[in-house]
Amino acid sequence: MRDVAIVSFAQHSQRREDSRNEIEILLPVIRDALAPIGLKTQDMGFTVSGSTDYLAGQAFAFVSALDAVGPWPPISESHVEMDGAFALYEAWVRLQHGDIDTALVYSFGKSSPGDVGRVLALQLEPYLLGPLWPDAVSLAALQARALLDSGKATEKDFARVVARSRRNARSNPFAQLQGDVDEAALLEEPLYADPFRLHDLPPVTDGAACIILAAGDRARELSDNPVWIKGIDHRIDLQAPGSRDLTVSPSTKLAAEKVGIPADVDLAEIHAPFSSQELILIEALGLDESKTAINPSGGALAANAVMVAGLQRFGEAFNRIQAGDGKNAVVHATGGPCLQQNLVAVLEAGK
Amino acid sequence: MSEEVLSAPHIMEFPYTRSTGPVVGAFLTGLRDQKVLGYQASDGRVMCPPPEFDAGTNAPVDAAGLVEVGAEGVVTSWSWNPVPRDGNPFDRPFAWALVKLDGADSSILHALDADRGAISTGMRVKVRWAEERVGFINDIACFEPA
Repeated sequence: MRDVAIVSFAQHSQRREDSRNEIEILLPVIRDALAPIGLKTQDMGFTVSGSTDYLAGQAFAFVSALDAVGPWPPISESHVEMDGAFALYEAWVRLQHGDIDTALVYSFGKSSPGDVGRVLALQLEPYLLGPLWPDAVSLAALQARALLDSGKATEKDFARVVARSRRNARSNPFAQLQGDVDEAALLEEPLYADPFRLHDLPPVTDGAACIILAAGDRARELSDNPVWIKGIDHRIDLQAPGSRDLTVSPSTKLAAEKVGIPADVDLAEIHAPFSSQELILIEALGLDESKTAINPSGGALAANAVMVAGLQRFGEAFNRIQAGDGKNAVVHATGGPCLQQNLVAVLEAGK
Repeated sequence: MSEEVLSAPHIMEFPYTRSTGPVVGAFLTGLRDQKVLGYQASDGRVMCPPPEFDAGTNAPVDAAGLVEVGAEGVVTSWSWNPVPRDGNPFDRPFAWALVKLDGADSSILHALDADRGAISTGMRVKVRWAEERVGFINDIACFEPA
């Protein structure tokens, strides 16, 4: 395999973008990712994005977002209707072909104008699930209940995840929810989407992210401290939520086995939009919370721009490794209802 | 000169049809006839609703081999939806439930018409059939306590 590294990352997210459209949100983010390495869009061997047209409610909305990149003269470009983390996977595969050395990955999502819970119902199987319009929160709540019923976790564990997220997010300028919260006080709040309390849900976020990948010596030219992708894999579980054990994540476990997570991994950025899901993923990834810092950015419970939050996990891990907070990291991204599809990667510092 | 405004009819349409396929189609036709069908998978488990492909062998499921399961079963998980949306089975806050029907080893998702305080995992529920059934998932109106 060809060595591929992250050489630059930029992001933006906030609770509600009132005046800027997706392209206007994206434009400075792409500029900020390109600036430190001194390259232009036209220098990229490949460009790929992850987003969902259903948020904009317009077919091929992702094509108009290319205006933020500047696709003239023509560029080599692709798109996935998934989180940007899966677009990054496509870029990694494209770089393995060996004929190009750089790739630009971006994603964007503006959820605030609509009802994101309902929009996400459109990704469901269209005959037996879709016509009932179960929203994303209700489905995740079914998974949380299964976890509670199994005895593997309690409401206190959910509150512990939320408190950690809020605490860690204090240092994240792009977080929507942050602060010192008392776990016991969280449990005194009323149930909302029973068994969830409101704080078990992610915030509604508008945002965008951009990552630049480079292969081998090109990465070393572009950055003094590139962060290498040592392994990356994604797997999927059965489509129907009722046909699988919702308390475990076999696809995450399998992807983790394929990439090989180091026993001494310093930090983990896990894409868990709901508190209960973080517990399932920590188990599937085989992480020891006493040794590995979990979601130092606050994770998706602190900022959850749909289709961006997974790619942001790569970027947050990249930032922390570059800052010297750790030598390596495990990164996770998810898609689909109840953690249906999962991507796992290992990042590492090195020349 | 005539002041007549020219006009032509315009019908918004979706000018093609989709098939639900042999397995989902058989399941939905079963609902129309108040029968719930499942598939006995290669690992011996009965999956309801039936998948289109066997998860163990990846082989296409033969609709002729579908088996009938009960219209009653147990709640394997449930959640409360405080914000009903267009298209949901109810226009008031209600519960979603995963229900393992008698004779099945997997669960089907639908709404459960019961008070929040009366719901628990393991409770017995039964299908409430829609009065008019057309071969659609909403032929099951919801589940209700058995």
